[in-house]
Amino acid sequence: MHETAVAQSVLDTIIEQADKLNAKPVRAIISCGQFNALNDEVMQFAFQAAAEGTVCHAMELIIKHIPLQAKCINCDRLFEFDIYAPGCPECKSEHFAFQADAPLLLEEIEFENPNDKGGL
Amino acid sequence: MKVNLNTRILSKNEQAAEQNRTFLAEHKLACLNLISSPGSGKTTILARTITDLKGKFRIGVIEGDIKTDYDAQRIRAAGAAAIQIETEGACHLSAPQVNWALNKLPVNDLDLVFIENVGNLVCPSAFDLGEGGRVVVLSIPEGDDKPAKYPGTFANADVILINKIDLIQYLKFNLDRVLSDIAVLNSKARIIQISAATGQGMQTWYDWLLEQQKPR
Repeated sequence: MHETAVAQSVLDTIIEQADKLNAKPVRAIISCGQFNALNDEVMQFAFQAAAEGTVCHAMELIIKHIPLQAKCINCDRLFEFDIYAPGCPECKSEHFAFQADAPLLLEEIEFENPNDKGGL
Repeated sequence: MKVNLNTRILSKNEQAAEQNRTFLAEHKLACLNLISSPGSGKTTILARTITDLKGKFRIGVIEGDIKTDYDAQRIRAAGAAAIQIETEGACHLSAPQVNWALNKLPVNDLDLVFIENVGNLVCPSAFDLGEGGRVVVLSIPEGDDKPAKYPGTFANADVILINKIDLIQYLKFNLDRVLSDIAVLNSKARIIQISAATGQGMQTWYDWLLEQQKPR
């Protein structure tokens, strides 16, 4: 449930940006690696619960999972690590080194166009 | 209208972790973050380590639990300073909490600070506390599938203590599987088999610990 801490942190940044731009956020994209991987369902729930009563209420959260890359020590090939088949897909060697896992990032926030405001 | 940010979500925690690192360096303190499931024996390992290294290594402990100060009491009974953080529901410690606790410890009289994280093999791994190293504890009764199930935690360990090794004769636990799963995730971690109850392997752990001492 570290998702609650992550959700609160994402929310704080979005609210800060929304205040600065005086615009309503409608969508945000976050990304994570494999070792800090977020559970989508828990993350969505935590985010929606924290967003309740704020300018982020009912906005959409998109979660991207970035695969973990590994490099084969035998043949130098870069491949996506799969814990169920941990080895180089090329030479089948089990000697490889992990590349850096992707950090938790808030990539992008989409705001309602100012013209859309009260347009309906 | 789209705004591209690409900001690190846990940047506030990372900034506090950086402050902790500076604080520890200024006070020439080694600092280890202990991560494991509940009941793996973290507090027992610490209490025995404090008792056995008395006079050689001055240890302070930051205890993280959801509720109670039971662990801090056990550490104090073993003869070390302890500060308890009650997270009131949070499943991991964060760097600002550790910052608060570091300021309460008698740091000028210490060589090493242990941070005993909240018992949990998932969440603590995502939070840098500013520590110099990570110690992950896996105990025999938990089963031999844990490194494969919680890869992030084992991949980021500097030392892995396999505790309650004295129970291996009574339980179905494939040690070779654990060692080969860890080798896939983390070829650099030092693996030490111990029993904090019987003392088996503890000297190897102490030897490793004493190497972490910062020159004064």
